[in-house]
Amino acid sequence: MQLIACPWCGPREELEFSYGGQAHVAYPADPAGLTDEQWARYVFFRDNPKGPFAERWAHSAGCRRWFTAVRDTRTHQFVSVGPLAGSEATP
Amino acid sequence: MAETLTARHPLEGHRDQLEALSAALAPTLALELGELVAAVDLRVDPGSGGADAVEQVVGGPLPARPDTWTALPAGQALRLGPDEWLLTSAAARPEDWEFAVDEAATAHGGMAVDVSAQRTVLWVRGSAARELLSTGCALDLRPRSFPSGRCAQTLLGQAAVLLVAHGEDDLQLVVRPSFAGYVVDLLVDAAREFPPSRHRKETP
Repeated sequence: MQLIACPWCGPREELEFSYGGQAHVAYPADPAGLTDEQWARYVFFRDNPKGPFAERWAHSAGCRRWFTAVRDTRTHQFVSVGPLAGSEATP
Repeated sequence: MAETLTARHPLEGHRDQLEALSAALAPTLALELGELVAAVDLRVDPGSGGADAVEQVVGGPLPARPDTWTALPAGQALRLGPDEWLLTSAAARPEDWEFAVDEAATAHGGMAVDVSAQRTVLWVRGSAARELLSTGCALDLRPRSFPSGRCAQTLLGQAAVLLVAHGEDDLQLVVRPSFAGYVVDLLVDAAREFPPSRHRKETP
């Protein structure tokens, strides 16, 4: 088990966090105009890189805030941790 | 005649067990049930001036740094997140406490909700209090890194808890009532590691 540095709470056990999938998946500007295939690509298709991967994580047992983290998928090491989503507040 | 409903501590059934355990392990360990208090969950943007307005109402400062708490005249203000505080009061009625805080926060786009029944308080005291909690908690609970004035939401065993440091031998454990029985069982089981004889030798 490793420690993940929550932007608000600081380093905590990985067990306290939940995974939210790939980060920066933009909602379609015109959802009604998409074909079924385009919609399926938006809903189901995600990158699967070998190396650094920007992901969303939630500190569900702590401050309950979402943040973005870059994790190396080969080593499971966290390269960087981004700011809290939807909040200007910093510790 | 209508009977008045009185609030009862969710761990009332464990009271005798905890008193017996505390008496047997004194002064190494004591587990005590906390008083029922009024509590509201405050959500307000810290940059909006709402926090200042709430401070006027509750009569004390709100904690500015993450994972810290401050004392209010009759309760506590605990910082749960960037825009979230837990405000407790032993003096006010829950509905009055919610109304007063909510009125101050709403003017700045925030809100406050009565969560008095959401959490219950258990005190862990004694020279081995931190060691006992460490058996189920991954945080570094030594006084140097978790001094008085700190609080933290974390996991104790499988249960989400809010740990509040009041002193070196004095910690407050805030837990949801549905998990409280589990937490007590966990701590009572862990307390078997601390036989009274072992610590009596150390005390002169």
